[in-house]
Amino acid sequence: MLKQQLVLIGNGMAGVRTLEELLKLAPEHYQITVFGEEPYGNYNRIMLSPVLASEKTIEQIMLNDDDWYAANHITLHKGKRVEQINRARRQVIATDGTIAHYDRLIIATGSNPFMLPVPGANKRGVLGFRDIHHVHQMLQASSQYKKAIVIGGGLLGLEAANGLLKQGMDVSVVHINDTLMERQLDKPAAKLLQQSLEARGMKFLLQANTAEILGDERVTGVRFKDGLEVEADLVVMAVGIKPNIALAQSTGLHCERGIVVNDTMQTITDPKIYAIGECVQHRGIAYGLVAPLFEQAKVAANHLAQFGIARYQGTVTSTKLKVTGIELFSAGDFIGNDKTEEIVFKDAGVGTYKKIVLQDNQIKGAVLYGDTVDGSWYFQLMKDGTDISAFRDTLLFGQAHLGDSGHNPETRVATLADSAEICGCNGVCKGDIAKAITEKKLFTLDEVRAHTKASASCGSCTGLVESLLAHTVGGEYSATPKTKPLCKCTDFTHDEIRQGIVKYELKTMPAVRNHFEWKTPDGCAPCRNALNYYLLCAFPNEYEDDPQSRFINERAHGNIQKDGTYSVVPRMFGGLCTSQQLRDIADIADKYHVPEIKVTGGQRIDMFGIPKERLPSMWKDLSEAGFVSGHAYGKALRTVKTCVGSKWCRFGTQDSTGLGVQLEELTWGSWMPHKFKIAVSGCPRNCAEATIKDFGVVCVDSGYELHVGGNGGIKVRVTDLLCKVETEEQVKEYCGAFTQFYREDAHYLERTAPWIERVGLEKIKQAIVENAPNRQALYDRFLVSQVPAQVDPWKQIADGAHADEFAPIAIEA
Amino acid sequence: MTKWTEVVELEKIPVLGSRLIKTRTQIIAVFRGSDDQVYAINDACPHKKGPLSQGIMHGSTITCPLHNWKIDLKTGSALAPDVGCSNVFPVKVEGSKVYLQLQPELAEVSA
Ligand code: SRM
Ligand SMILES: Cc1cc2nc3c(=O)[nH]c(=O)nc-3n(C[C@H](O)[C@H](O)[C@H](O)COP(=O)(O)OP(=O)(O)OC[C@H]3O[C@@H](n4cnc5c(N)ncnc54)[C@H](O)[C@@H]3O)c2cc1C
Ligand code: SF4
Ligand code: FES
Repeated sequence: MLKQQLVLIGNGMAGVRTLEELLKLAPEHYQITVFGEEPYGNYNRIMLSPVLASEKTIEQIMLNDDDWYAANHITLHKGKRVEQINRARRQVIATDGTIAHYDRLIIATGSNPFMLPVPGANKRGVLGFRDIHHVHQMLQASSQYKKAIVIGGGLLGLEAANGLLKQGMDVSVVHINDTLMERQLDKPAAKLLQQSLEARGMKFLLQANTAEILGDERVTGVRFKDGLEVEADLVVMAVGIKPNIALAQSTGLHCERGIVVNDTMQTITDPKIYAIGECVQHRGIAYGLVAPLFEQAKVAANHLAQFGIARYQGTVTSTKLKVTGIELFSAGDFIGNDKTEEIVFKDAGVGTYKKIVLQDNQIKGAVLYGDTVDGSWYFQLMKDGTDISAFRDTLLFGQAHLGDSGHNPETRVATLADSAEICGCNGVCKGDIAKAITEKKLFTLDEVRAHTKASASCGSCTGLVESLLAHTVGGEYSATPKTKPLCKCTDFTHDEIRQGIVKYELKTMPAVRNHFEWKTPDGCAPCRNALNYYLLCAFPNEYEDDPQSRFINERAHGNIQKDGTYSVVPRMFGGLCTSQQLRDIADIADKYHVPEIKVTGGQRIDMFGIPKERLPSMWKDLSEAGFVSGHAYGKALRTVKTCVGSKWCRFGTQDSTGLGVQLEELTWGSWMPHKFKIAVSGCPRNCAEATIKDFGVVCVDSGYELHVGGNGGIKVRVTDLLCKVETEEQVKEYCGAFTQFYREDAHYLERTAPWIERVGLEKIKQAIVENAPNRQALYDRFLVSQVPAQVDPWKQIADGAHADEFAPIAIEA
Repeated sequence: MTKWTEVVELEKIPVLGSRLIKTRTQIIAVFRGSDDQVYAINDACPHKKGPLSQGIMHGSTITCPLHNWKIDLKTGSALAPDVGCSNVFPVKVEGSKVYLQLQPELAEVSA
């Protein structure tokens, strides 16, 4: 097949990112040609600020060198500006006469610095701050001259001023407003920023209106509207950017502020032509930060690869200032209005300021100064629209106060030694990760996981890895986007897919994949397991379980061990047992030469080291002795832990053991989004640790406290109190209803703790406590789904189901 | 010369699943794709010898059950960024039956 011709105009961050995404999806589809006006490969423009401050070198910020283009068979025309697009002939023509034919064209010409239209703006020594050439000129000027003026007190201007200051220049920042960075900061934060920059020697002229650039051929100073004149040998204008649309306009593509594109990043005038990056206007917005541009790149690549279903829907952005030693973060609407409330913390002594703007218990915006550790957390809560009422009183103190032991500040990451272990599961050190991030040019958490395995297992170090990523790559790090697709096979989210399954009655996995236009024929390990569960939950009586879409533990109904053998854990309802049962277990353990027996943390007995082919007969013996599977391997109801209770204990208020047995009889066998643990304690001494369980009951004299969303694992989380009830019957009803609500609402592999933090306790209270008919309906649906679920899988297999799964085929050879 | 050994009926391998073939000296996992393509690979992950037969198959890739490495069943190689390789065996399906070459060819020649 003849390859299609793809031409990219603009060798910058957005354009080349699109190519990288495209090469991942459809490496063979296009013959690619790139035109770039700058005489370099592709580099990380964001890092020009650290280069100016001598914290990085040009070599260190190169993203793709000539070898990369060669290895991917991309023709690169460096230093060639395209000056004409002939749409009728589908050709682009560069200034030197080079012509390239295209079937598809991407325009990614970025933007130009906006130069104030004042007299003298074209003198030598007046620069913008956009590319390597500008940085070279500034560095050169700093070695010859002394005085610099930066016009513009926004992000870019302050980064430029900081760099020039580091080069030993005497720098004044001129700003038209009365506070710095007014688009990112409120007044108190801006004031703190100004103070710390002044402490470094930066000078400020606020509310100053530039009238004229003075000098003959080269600049000698600036005159302001009020008549004031200030000397300068270098003037950097950083007052804004202008989408670079001249080329697109000249070929008749519809432009407003930027080139107007649709949700698949095609220009609305010509679907053969895509436009992405800063030159673009999407749904009225022209973005100037890389995170949204990278999302656009993904969508465009997806469309070019003819997967065709991704849509760009706009991005919420956040800001950081890359001035070493100054911590600053802002996102969203941080000013607020008469409908919003704000919580503020200020300690001018240590230079910390935090403000969060709330509306209806959701975060609308935030400004952090001095301590920005929780910036990405607030940002995520804001994008997710999380209801924060449950932890509003500690919100300002940050995520660490939620008992999130996995979270660690970026500033702390910075002080760690290279040999410090970040990921305990995979033994990955800080140095390894930082090295991979720089050498392999990783931008996202997923990429770091794939390359280093850090945080790829239990995930408790995710916070640290994200911080390290932010610390190493600076402002370009884009936090996980809001609409996270279920997996790489689809662009739809868990919620969209779950709702679609019910709404369109999609009752098989192929039907779901078909409806949502999956990109892979069979899906992948994560999505197959998730879909299998979602279907089972939606259609408990109709859906036929797919064993091939379950992790081996659930397929073989045992826990796979590191040596490939399995463990066997029979259920002991409520941890209660008889001497006869213990004798039976002992006999069976002897019969199968079980090498090790252990009492588990879940109050039952674990037998280790069983070869797979012996499982069915061992289960048969257990089944005959009256045991069923403990589902110790499953995303399912695990254990119901109990304490002694009123029957024996001198403090017991209710029969916690008996109630625990009843709850386990009610819930065993139920498949869940993740594992689910219950406990019942007989009094508030809480010996069964009910307040770190998914559903915990604490008996009190007057009844039963019901607690939900606890977790004793990777991140300890104490339960939230759901409500108090009076009878055992009510406990069972609330327990069943809560379980069913979790089953129907949570994402696959999301335990109750993160689920509650995501959706908010209020939503759960409304569904279960405040709405009796809804509670009843949930409970009924739970009971219906339990009928087919409470069949002991061990007995089924012992009776011959899936026998092939367990018996290998012996071949004489 | 190559010797083909009949090992199993195609129908006995679940789609997107595996069966284990045990010989005196080796344990081989045979997989069946959703397109009925059959693959055979030494049942040991190049990472830490995890039993690949117990993993989850998608396309012609198997995800190891122990630490989620992904192995290409056509070549036996781990997918990037992981590196490593496990032996694969020639397979053919004739009629309803699956045949394997149990000895890697080289061994036969040198024998
Ligand atoms: C056997 C047992 C340890 C023991 O000997 O006591 C155990 C063993 C394992 N736990 Fe556990 N956990 C055991 C009680 C616990 C407890 C204590 C409890 O339930 O009261 C916890 C903390 C409470 C909690 O879950 O909130 C616990 C938190 C975990 C976690 C972290 C879960 C989390 O949400 O943070 C994992 C990892 C996971 O599930 O992804 C895990 C995973 C595992 C796995 C399944 C690891 C794996 O994927 O292979 C271990 C299987 C070993 C095996 O092959 O049998 N185990 N695990 C306990 C079985 C209880 C039972 O009777 O079923
Ligand atoms: C100093 C600095 C610091 C920044 N810091 C941050 C930050 O911390 N966080 C953040 O998110 N963003 C930051 N940005 C913004 C970010 O760099 C831009 O949003 C991003 O580079 C835009 O990507 P792009 O591909 O649209 O444009 P560019 O990266 O500018 O690429 C456009 C390319 O097209 C070329 N070109 C233009 N016209 C033609 C033509 N006719 N023919 C051939 N080639 C052409 C240009 O020469 C240029 O190389 C910063 C920018 C600067 C300058
Ligand atoms: S049993 Fe639990 S804590 Fe112990 S090693 Fe296994 S997963 Fe870790
Ligand atoms: S043994 Fe296969 S991934 Fe570790």
